[in-house]
Amino acid sequence: MKQFLAFVRKEIYHIMRDVRTIMILLGIPVIQIILFGFAISTEVRNAEIAIYDPSNDAATRRIAEQIETSSYFNIVKYISSPKEIDQLFKKGEVSIVLVFADRFREKMLHTGKGEIQIIADASDPNNATSLTNYLRGIIGVYQQELMKEQKVPYQITSEVKLLYNPQMKGAYNFVPGVLGMILMLICAMMTSIAVVREKEMGTMEVLLVSPMKPLLIIIAKAVPYFLLSCINLTTVLLLSVFVLDVPVAGSLFWLITVSLVFIFVSLSLGLLVSTITESQMIAMLISGMVFMLPVVLLSGMMFPVENMPDFLQWISLAIPARWYIAAVKDIMIKGLGFEGIVKELVILSGMIVFLLAVSLKKFKSRLE
Amino acid sequence: MKKVIEAENLVKKFGDFTAVDNITFQVNEGEIFGFLGANGAGKTTAMRMLCGLSKPTSGEGRVAGYDIGKEAEKVKANIGYMSQKFSLYNDLKVWENIRLFGGIYGMGSDEIKEKTDELLKRLNFENEKNTMVKSLPLGWKQKLAFSVSIFHNPKIVFLDEPTGGVDPATRRQFWELIYEATDRGITVFVTTHYMDEAEYCDRVSIMVDGRIDALESPMKLRETYDAKNMDEVFYQLARTAKRNGG
Repeated sequence: MKQFLAFVRKEIYHIMRDVRTIMILLGIPVIQIILFGFAISTEVRNAEIAIYDPSNDAATRRIAEQIETSSYFNIVKYISSPKEIDQLFKKGEVSIVLVFADRFREKMLHTGKGEIQIIADASDPNNATSLTNYLRGIIGVYQQELMKEQKVPYQITSEVKLLYNPQMKGAYNFVPGVLGMILMLICAMMTSIAVVREKEMGTMEVLLVSPMKPLLIIIAKAVPYFLLSCINLTTVLLLSVFVLDVPVAGSLFWLITVSLVFIFVSLSLGLLVSTITESQMIAMLISGMVFMLPVVLLSGMMFPVENMPDFLQWISLAIPARWYIAAVKDIMIKGLGFEGIVKELVILSGMIVFLLAVSLKKFKSRLE
Repeated sequence: MKKVIEAENLVKKFGDFTAVDNITFQVNEGEIFGFLGANGAGKTTAMRMLCGLSKPTSGEGRVAGYDIGKEAEKVKANIGYMSQKFSLYNDLKVWENIRLFGGIYGMGSDEIKEKTDELLKRLNFENEKNTMVKSLPLGWKQKLAFSVSIFHNPKIVFLDEPTGGVDPATRRQFWELIYEATDRGITVFVTTHYMDEAEYCDRVSIMVDGRIDALESPMKLRETYDAKNMDEVFYQLARTAKRNGG
């Protein structure tokens, strides 16, 4: 035990003395949470809109007024000719244009049909979709207003209710993703690099000749990164609750439990990498390309897993972060407890057993 | 005389390749044993077996009285090891390195403290106690690494090309440290590529293609091979090798 502690102390020195790395490791979660929470937001705010309104009557003015007062849009221009539309888009001055038919109100009152065209810049398809949806929402509200006035007896109003995230907050989606990414980065990547560094330096040889058990060496290396991950977990949760207003709706206990399980999965992944690689460079490439990229792309952090082609969905099954992120969403956002994350817990634990078994086997055969 | 290393018909095969081919030799307590051989002759593999890092395919070996196959842990506790590759941590201070290795070998903190001061005094390193190892010159590092490898008073210390890349003057000083260690009763098992260093050894073995082709004191070897110096002896033997170095 004394040996073990002497070794853990050394590992902590290694990390603490490398000021740049420790700043990065502690800073990344803060920066990512703030970036994802505020800057990279899928919410629409003050999108530039231009309006072409040849009729300029009570109805179109009322709609424009409502657009202006909403926080989603900012009317930058009333254009006088449809020819200008193309130019505006090309210059990038607007991202959406609303076109009213001429004699809009008159036609609407007589034929019951108001004609409107929405033109959006779909070079960013997600953004275009949400903009058009917001715009239609605003027009829908006006339509209801009209119907009330006219007391039309039968109306069908469809109501969309947004569950769990009624304000469609982007942060709700990103917090679990960032958690998965950070924990994977620190545990898998940093641990594997730390072990491989000793191989590269030649100090591993000296350690193996010492009476210290090889397995203990590896575990001692993982301890400080485990502690770092716990600090990061705390930072991310505090930031998301107090800065991004994303509450932990479910049980904090199970949230931490599933996070610890995920940390262990990542540590075993790091251990596996360190047993099969000889250079820090390769360890970094494997962790970066084979672990981090799938976490970002396939775990459901950025793109919903359900929308992927079948074979990518199959691959995503093997990605630990996918299960972790799903579990965190269930707990933090849907407010589920243990019963909601049993499946994820079981799968992640299975992954730990599998990864540890493989890497221990590899590790032992190397020593022969 | 007491034998601290006994190897009997040691063989190590990797698949079809026989890296160490049936070697038998003994090392006496307190002697400096030079373990020579061209690159690829099987020195490192043989040494790894003696250190308990790799199990022999067949044959037997005892180091410090323990079986290298069955009692590797006890072997490890009784030997010291220093390799050509640098074996201290650059981002730890001098005394932290010493404390770490003392701790790994299970020494108590009071003992470590006492012996650290003693060691630094002997090396004239007192002013460098709090220096980061990375800012020491290479020669100092090697001396320190050697001192750390025998810090826990092992019975035997294995040195794997300990003076690689060090200037001749520092090498001289390094060998003085080795002599000091043997005065304290520590047996030294050293591999080297410098033939002048081979002359410093009490006995020398020369490996060719996994076998030990010669084992004698440097003086006797020179007589047997009718050579002016160890360089010529080595050359005559290494010439017969069929394996390529690597």
